[in-house]
Amino acid sequence: MALALAAGGAAHAAGSRQLATGGASTIEGGAGGGLVPWAAITGYGAREEIGATAFATRINTGDYRLDVQGAAVGLFNRIELSASRQELDLVALGPALGLPGAHLRQHVIGAKVRLAGDVLYTRMPQIALGVQYKKQQDFALARALGARDDADVDVYLSATKVFLAGVGGYNAFLSGTARLTRANETGLLGFGGEGRNGRRVALEASGGVLLSRRFAIGAEYRGKSGSLDAVRESAWRDLFVAWFPNRHVSVVVAYADLGTVATLPDQTGWYLSVQGAF
Amino acid sequence: MRTIFAMLLALAAAAPSPDDSLYRALGEKQGIARLVDALLDRVYADPRINDLFKHVDRPDLARLVGEHFCHETGGPCEYTGRSMTDTHSGLAIKAKEFDAFVEDLVDAMEALDLPTRTQNRMLKHFAPMRAEIIDQ
Ligand code: HEM
Repeated sequence: MALALAAGGAAHAAGSRQLATGGASTIEGGAGGGLVPWAAITGYGAREEIGATAFATRINTGDYRLDVQGAAVGLFNRIELSASRQELDLVALGPALGLPGAHLRQHVIGAKVRLAGDVLYTRMPQIALGVQYKKQQDFALARALGARDDADVDVYLSATKVFLAGVGGYNAFLSGTARLTRANETGLLGFGGEGRNGRRVALEASGGVLLSRRFAIGAEYRGKSGSLDAVRESAWRDLFVAWFPNRHVSVVVAYADLGTVATLPDQTGWYLSVQGAF
Repeated sequence: MRTIFAMLLALAAAAPSPDDSLYRALGEKQGIARLVDALLDRVYADPRINDLFKHVDRPDLARLVGEHFCHETGGPCEYTGRSMTDTHSGLAIKAKEFDAFVEDLVDAMEALDLPTRTQNRMLKHFAPMRAEIIDQ
């Protein structure tokens, strides 16, 4: 009993919104699936509360390893501010280029505002507008490949909705994002290029089913094009399982297919993300 | 034309009464009474919201919420209480308090081992009432 009370008390400290409605953390820092953002505001803070999250994510395809750490705050279920740092280890390319240990780092600062709706309680989806300022930290390689800039801004609009009892009685969710971006490989290879340099629209989506209050399975798709003729890029995809044991911790495990990344084809591998919420 | 109309009327008359499958999934009147009891146990013990219920007579509330659940889920009950807007007006219920109440409801349904799909149907039916309940 004392234990249950203690657990209850601790659970309340992270905010009042329902379990899983803050989603997981994306590689760019804000609330979402993992590769793509949701319209949800990070954490569990309701309209009268503040919530925060911190996370670490690793994607490992063997040829590449992406490590991401970041944190975000959700203010009054209205505004989300986030920061993350990414480091892509060129496990296979580095030695091949005579640069063992080579890596590409990027910092991302994000802001998102919920414009309308509630993922759970309104008939309309929750809709949010977000911006991400991205700064590539190791620009030499991207420059050599033809990238124009080492920093830029993505702007995106997301719509996310939970369909209670939506699929065979199970709760389901769908989320879609349209992003205006000049990023090559999300910015890890800089922004813009020699031929095409302007912003393009990228479409991203995720969907899934909650098998119980604490377990969700789903899939994500992140459309990408990029401007570098020398290194064509692919859409990213994943299949995930997410576990929300309580409002303080969530874990996402996924099988990711990143397609061709910087000339290396068939980049598939594991995705693991752990989030703490406060 | 007339015969078609007559046939439609006959069909309408023969149509089954409103869907009561959720009512049955909850265990009918007995199951609902148990659910309301488990819910109010949690609500009256929940420091996030129990101040709002300080002066509310629990047996009265249990009867009315039971009638409401039964009626709303298609059961053979008349709801004798007030509308959701009238009932909750003046209480200025906050978004976080609504969420706390929903969590207590889900905890109660879990404690009674109601299947996830039944729980979800309950939430689907009652969640849209939020707009009539908060900020009144
Ligand atoms: C979908 C969710 C809810 C439903 C279906 C619901 C239903 C009801 C019903 C049927 C009654 C009795 C009506 C009457 O007295 O005539 C009632 C009363 C009451 N409810 Fe709710 N309720 C909900 C959410 C909430 C929440 C979130 C709170 C506060 C956190 C709350 C606080 C109260 C209080 C304090 C009363 C007693 C009011 C009085 O006697 O003056 N309710 N509710």
